[in-house]
Amino acid sequence: MKRSAYTKVLKTAMFASVALVAVLVVAFVFYVLAIGVPNISWNLLSTKPSYLSGNIGILPDILNTVYMIVTTLVVVLPFGVAAAVYLTEYAKNKRVVNAIEYAAETLSGVPSIVYGLVGMLFFCQFLGMKTSLLAGSLTLVIMNLPTVMRTTQESLKTVPQSYREGAFGLGAGKWRVIRTVVLPSCVDGIVTSCILSCGRILGESAALLFTAGFAHSLNGYFKALHNAGATLTIALYFYAKDQGEFEVAYAIAAILLVLALIINLAANLAGRRLRERRK
Amino acid sequence: MNSINGEKMEDTYKSIIQVDDLSLWYGQNQALHNVCMDIGEGRITALIGPSGCGKSTFLKTLNRMNDLVQGVRIQGTVSFEGQDIYSPQTDVSELRRRIGMVFQKPNPFPMSIYDNVAYGPRTHGTKAKARLDEIVESSLRASAIWDEVKDRLKSNALGLSGGQQQRLCIARALAVRPKVLLMDEPTSALDPISTSRIEELALQLKNDYSIVIVTHNMQQAVRISDDTAFFLLGELVEFGDTERMFSQPTDKRTEDYITGRFG
Repeated sequence: MKRSAYTKVLKTAMFASVALVAVLVVAFVFYVLAIGVPNISWNLLSTKPSYLSGNIGILPDILNTVYMIVTTLVVVLPFGVAAAVYLTEYAKNKRVVNAIEYAAETLSGVPSIVYGLVGMLFFCQFLGMKTSLLAGSLTLVIMNLPTVMRTTQESLKTVPQSYREGAFGLGAGKWRVIRTVVLPSCVDGIVTSCILSCGRILGESAALLFTAGFAHSLNGYFKALHNAGATLTIALYFYAKDQGEFEVAYAIAAILLVLALIINLAANLAGRRLRERRK
Repeated sequence: MNSINGEKMEDTYKSIIQVDDLSLWYGQNQALHNVCMDIGEGRITALIGPSGCGKSTFLKTLNRMNDLVQGVRIQGTVSFEGQDIYSPQTDVSELRRRIGMVFQKPNPFPMSIYDNVAYGPRTHGTKAKARLDEIVESSLRASAIWDEVKDRLKSNALGLSGGQQQRLCIARALAVRPKVLLMDEPTSALDPISTSRIEELALQLKNDYSIVIVTHNMQQAVRISDDTAFFLLGELVEFGDTERMFSQPTDKRTEDYITGRFG
């Protein structure tokens, strides 16, 4: 009797926790969307801001975000994958490998504002890039490199040894085995790490405050790289904190929320697609 | 050639691989002790013995697959067509092309049936589509799986049954025109019907290839092999004509093993 009462209390407590989490999430999402969505307009999405006409538009910020994601991924992918391949397939000294893995994991736990500070000192000042999208991207590269490397490494480790044996047994050299058998079997891991990185880049603000700046000018890709530019998250901060334009801030928040959702769905979909193809 | 570990005494044959005083260590553990063996050309040689006796390790020394394991040390010589395969001049890739391998668990690559078979030829520089088509077809025919897969060469090899996968792996190994085929318990993961197919196939392939097969199954050794080598604790206990070995083993340990007293 006592025992069943105890179970009942526990169950109720657990149910209450679940309900609380669910309500919080739903309320949060609903709140942001309810205020944000009505403030999204075609004008907001398709123009740039102007102090003269008082117009507010976030097209430059959207483009900056896209530029930032593309640049960061283009740099981080080859480096991350190459490092992972070296560490898992070539490196002989397991202690060094473990030390590097440990360092990478620690690095991915460092608060992003620290990356921002270092990025500002190194890229903006020491390398003379000034405050620019390029400096911001490179800072994000350093931030995402450990994640991409570790995710790729883990998926390399799941490739069955028997694939490698089979290929070696046919006389294939090491690099050919990696290129034609090992890497294709862990595309899903690499794609997942890419999508995770997209999410992090989209959501990053602290590291970019110091490095990429706040400008809202409408630039082509290459010009933008050399100039300061705000991404959507930075723009959100700017409109809310500096301008008190909370409608705009909420509109951006709603957009970010939807984008995050899309990225998550894409990650799941890609993962499932690739797993199915492997079967 | 006729007196290996003092036991080989039957019919003479031309040997294709000569193993002389071969010892192997994994770190501090000695896994093979002074093995001497002449593997016959155009014959099936079965390696039998209880688990952990070194028969698979021995098999892998024949095409240097042990190179992939860290901390392996080898002493003695293995000669293939008169060349020491462990000499520094040996082209390992070419060696493995000429001495192919089929593994215990079917291990087709996660790609199409066609690409699996074409993998080896492509690795060794065959690019022409027509030539590849030809090789793929003849290899699949030789491994008795052509009729089952000819209409779906482009579909993923992982969709085949276990027995089909293993025959595909044999086709993949044949596609690079090897001289010797090493088979590491190729039927241990298969059902009886697939097993008998592979055995039948091995007997057919004997006409064109020399085969060394590790097996757990003594009946299998009797059914398909010409010569049998019995390993125990890393030592080659007895090596000789299969029929003779199973009827009148010369070593007491061989007799105990084949009559099922241990193992």
